[in-house]
Amino acid sequence: MNTVNEMKLQFISKSTNESFARSAVSAFVLPLDPTISELADIKTAVSEAVTNCIVHAYPDTLGIIYIDAKITDSNKVIIKIKDKGVGIENIEKALEPLYTTSNGERAGLGFAVMQSFMDNVKVRSTLNKGTSVTLEKSIIKVNYDKR
Amino acid sequence: MSVGLFFGCEKMVDMNYIDDTLIAKLYGEIDHHIAPSIRNKIDSECETYRPRVLVLDFEGVTFMDSSGIGLIMGRYREISLLGGRLEVTNIPPYLERIVALSGIGNLGVLK
Repeated sequence: MNTVNEMKLQFISKSTNESFARSAVSAFVLPLDPTISELADIKTAVSEAVTNCIVHAYPDTLGIIYIDAKITDSNKVIIKIKDKGVGIENIEKALEPLYTTSNGERAGLGFAVMQSFMDNVKVRSTLNKGTSVTLEKSIIKVNYDKR
Repeated sequence: MSVGLFFGCEKMVDMNYIDDTLIAKLYGEIDHHIAPSIRNKIDSECETYRPRVLVLDFEGVTFMDSSGIGLIMGRYREISLLGGRLEVTNIPPYLERIVALSGIGNLGVLK
């Protein structure tokens, strides 16, 4: 599995950057000719992961969010979203649908959405060091007639 | 009377009060950045009008993550406390998956 394209992004954890992040990843994936639904799935998953960084990783401070997105020769998109924030104490608990540590109006569905909308989700976290979430999705190849 | 709320030059929500019903037409992308402004707008109109029914109309929504689900669940709670009920209408096909995942259908609010 070889990487055929890659991009890296860094931005500060301001909520206004949520739309920037999902639009940038969406634009990067576009040459694979994804369906509207595949693109919506990726945008939604990225939005959830980036929102987690803003709300949970850097709760009372601004930090940097890193995105590394790759496209492989098998038409797979691999998106790693990383922060150097507080980390997740209990990943198993965090992955449970409806579980939230936030007292705002959060539904507790972030990871459930990522898992449901992507083919594969990996979470690595170390307390006070940070968290990385890797999202993978294969984009179905469309065979156009040779013109 | 209709009152609009804008983000930049983009409209986020349009509110209309007719016959005990407060209709909030939502527009554009709903995420964690945008949701609080929409929430404040809807809650303040609910306080003012004390509607019997609050309608959230999603026809104009082009993108929504789980913040939109939080917005629906929160308005369900608020309007119930005020003695009214919630209706969620016109969910576009591309939002059906996240709505199904959230289980808000069990609240009986989807029309």
